[in-house]
Amino acid sequence: MATAERAVYAAQPSHPGSRHYGGIWSWVFTVDHKKIGILYGVTAFVFFMMGGLEALLVRSQLAVPNNTVVTGDAYNELFTMHATTMVFLALMPMSVAFFNIVVPLQIGARDVAFPRLNAFSYWVFLCGGLLINSSFIFGGAPDAGWFGYANLTELPYNHVTHGIDFWILGLQVLGVASMAGAFNFLVTIVNMRAPGMSFMRMPLFTWMTLVTSILLMLAFPVITVALIELMFDRFVGTNFFNPTAGADPILWQHFFWLFGHPEVYILILPAMGIVSDVLPTFSRKPLFGYPVVAYSGVAIGFMAWGVWAHHMFSTGLGPVADSVFSITTMLIAVPTGIKIFNWIGTMVGGSLRFSTPMLFAIGFIAMFVIGGLSGVMLASPPADWVENDTYFVVAHIHYVLFGGTMFGLFAGIYYWFPKVTGRMLDEKFGKIHFWLTMIGMNVTFFVQHMVGLDGMPRRIYTYPSGMGWDLPNLISTIGAFILAASVLVFLYNFASSVRWGTIAGNDPWDGRTLEWTIPSPPPEYNFKKIPIVHARDPFWEQKYPSAGGGHAIPAIAGAAHDAEESGEEEHIHIPDPSIYPFFAAVGFALTMAGLLVSSAPLTAGITTGIMIAPGASLPSWLSVVGLLTMLWGIYGWAFEPVSGY
Amino acid sequence: MAQVSLPADHAAEHEQTSTGLSNRKLLMWSFLGSECLFFGTLISTYLVYRNHSLVGPLPQNVFDIPYTSVSAFVLLMSSLTMVLALAAIQHGNVRQMRVWLLATALLGTVFVSGQVYEFTGFVRDGLSLQKNLFGTTFFVLTGFHGAHVTVGVIMLFSIFLNSFRGKVTQKDSLTVELAGLYWHFVDVVWIVIFTVVYLLPY
Amino acid sequence: MHNPTSTDVTTSETSHQPAHPRAGEYVRIAVILAVITMVEVIVYYQESLRPVIVPILLVLSAIKFSLVVLFFMHLKFDNRLFSTIFTGPLMLAFAVLMALLTIFHRVLFGA
Repeated sequence: MATAERAVYAAQPSHPGSRHYGGIWSWVFTVDHKKIGILYGVTAFVFFMMGGLEALLVRSQLAVPNNTVVTGDAYNELFTMHATTMVFLALMPMSVAFFNIVVPLQIGARDVAFPRLNAFSYWVFLCGGLLINSSFIFGGAPDAGWFGYANLTELPYNHVTHGIDFWILGLQVLGVASMAGAFNFLVTIVNMRAPGMSFMRMPLFTWMTLVTSILLMLAFPVITVALIELMFDRFVGTNFFNPTAGADPILWQHFFWLFGHPEVYILILPAMGIVSDVLPTFSRKPLFGYPVVAYSGVAIGFMAWGVWAHHMFSTGLGPVADSVFSITTMLIAVPTGIKIFNWIGTMVGGSLRFSTPMLFAIGFIAMFVIGGLSGVMLASPPADWVENDTYFVVAHIHYVLFGGTMFGLFAGIYYWFPKVTGRMLDEKFGKIHFWLTMIGMNVTFFVQHMVGLDGMPRRIYTYPSGMGWDLPNLISTIGAFILAASVLVFLYNFASSVRWGTIAGNDPWDGRTLEWTIPSPPPEYNFKKIPIVHARDPFWEQKYPSAGGGHAIPAIAGAAHDAEESGEEEHIHIPDPSIYPFFAAVGFALTMAGLLVSSAPLTAGITTGIMIAPGASLPSWLSVVGLLTMLWGIYGWAFEPVSGY
Repeated sequence: MAQVSLPADHAAEHEQTSTGLSNRKLLMWSFLGSECLFFGTLISTYLVYRNHSLVGPLPQNVFDIPYTSVSAFVLLMSSLTMVLALAAIQHGNVRQMRVWLLATALLGTVFVSGQVYEFTGFVRDGLSLQKNLFGTTFFVLTGFHGAHVTVGVIMLFSIFLNSFRGKVTQKDSLTVELAGLYWHFVDVVWIVIFTVVYLLPY
Repeated sequence: MHNPTSTDVTTSETSHQPAHPRAGEYVRIAVILAVITMVEVIVYYQESLRPVIVPILLVLSAIKFSLVVLFFMHLKFDNRLFSTIFTGPLMLAFAVLMALLTIFHRVLFGA
């Protein structure tokens, strides 16, 4: 943490009658959205590196044919955990880090609607991530892919280790964290905007956060039920996906992808929001077609629900279903394409500054277009029958999720780092990071299009020589290590800038939105006076009130400031930190983890964990402890006396 | 003035929001929206597997429609007592609210007990979670509904007990309203289940 | 301090709402609910109605559903935002159910 930042945070005085915790405890019991955002960001990046390590092992194994770096079983665990980690523990939480830090600042609020729920979300996320990864030391990680298809995940086919059980319970825990966060941001954005900030004046990042939150709250219940059903099958012997009882394992796929497809939009929309905020700032031009971009995001949110079975073209849905989903999938490319044109339109005629955030934003556009094109190729069922389960899909995924989401998140990191820490990330290293990432990404993944179309299947731990796949795989592996180097460059930049970066000041980028009006790092209360908003890009309007021709005219220093702020001195109330969200979260996670504690040996046909009937056994002690902790946490939370200062 | 969030009791008095609506009420309605997806998925599972069990017992073998319609009636009436509790506290009548809250919690308890009795009967008839698709989907769907009812009963009892400590007054009627919204939703889910699981002919 | 774009909310916001149902109204609705339930059971036992029982039951339960949501949950009188945030997901859940039933050939309009 930068000295400046540390000073600000340390300076919070204890007031009589209010709670205050020092040192590390101020982080454990914080309810401040900025601190929680930092927690999310750091934790997510650590998980990102873990997922990256898993990827490096995968790529090392695939560098040459018939390789023996890892066994087939270990390989299955690696690609499962790589994807699960990247999706749930890295990309999503990093987006949430930005929701936390940025959204309240962009809408002129002092915090989110439910600060303790916010803290609860973070701790549940951390516990969920630890739970899933603890599988490595408790017998073996999940190994059935991040999508856990039944009935491969059912006991008769997956009983050697408890990995799947960890996966199920870990995802349930993570789901609770995601949903709690979604509700929080939904209410925050709807209800806590500064006076004058109508929906059509909100920054695009806030818009996309809103759409993402709605998608989250609707999609997660579906996978929650699917996981419950799988869990009951494994733990209790029910028949949800048991063909011998007449069930249809395809139902799992439907439920998973009903969740899974909105999930990928959950993954990309925040990054699109970041790009939509970065491009105008570094083009010194308003976002081209703001309403269209906002509504496209909403349209994508709606249409996300109508395309799920394009992940299932090769399961024999029949020509009618195939056609319907093919059409809906091609249609959803339309609002996405509209955004691309609007982004380009923003840059055309603008006064472009190619700072690192801008480079990543432009890189996003380029990479995402490539990923989108391969996506449209996958939208055609006959084409998909050739491409599915090959490296073509892997290429598509990584162009949209790495070239898309990750590039967007990096843009966000470079853009908002100054606001959070008060210092700038080094531009020189930023550009090195960007180019290494750009090169590394394309070297790794572009060849995968070809080798996939050439028939190389996914999720197989090795391949024979003589298929023509040797060289592309070697190239791809080299690319992966270039990416690893790029991450090291970034880490170095991050660590040194936090300490010794140039001091940033309020507005290092000549920004357009409210977060740039306050000091860097922001004081605990964010805004001394809640701003009154008169236009889109309110800060830009304030700095450069337009006069005829739309040319920017700098306002007289100070004058605009006074005119903007409301007259009355406000009583600023800051809620106190609270211990209850932490304990409720840990209690909840322990309750779930306890379900894994079992004295029954794992053999085919015998259920794991708690047996409900027949032959009921006692609930595990860990769950009991967890449940009591959680209930104590919840009751304490509900009846916590009002305090703050 | 933007919203500053405060813990339970005092939040409502100080709330000024962009829409003029209470944060907590917005939260509860959003939550209920997500619960539509939750129960929708469970009900979808039931309906996809309806009439596909390979072995019995089948619904027509075990269902006792008159019995279940009585328990459905009990839950419907609990919605009435719930809304009467809310009306009472909105008019400042804490004692009346207590009476109706207790009635709601008791009716909810009767409902869940009735289900326990009904289900043990089914088990005795040979229907278990593991027996066939009907057992699996039925018990999990109704079990999760029953769990939701139980959580509701606990919430209602908590408010009831808290009212004796003077913590539930007219200005806290939002808390009762929110508990009521949850309770009515749980009732409404049962309306769907009763029709779609019990009454639609097999 | 009052801003033109935000409004004070007090906990008894509902007492400022017009057409707030009173106890008698609620009891009346409860009676209707009980009656509809009885009708459902009677219909269930009528062999002659078997061919049309599905639409009848679905309509009757939809009426019960609506009565509880609109009146007991006060949605009819509350801000439209609440209606949107509830009925949106409700319709989504219904659409997903219909899509799944169609795909699994459980309804007549399946392929």
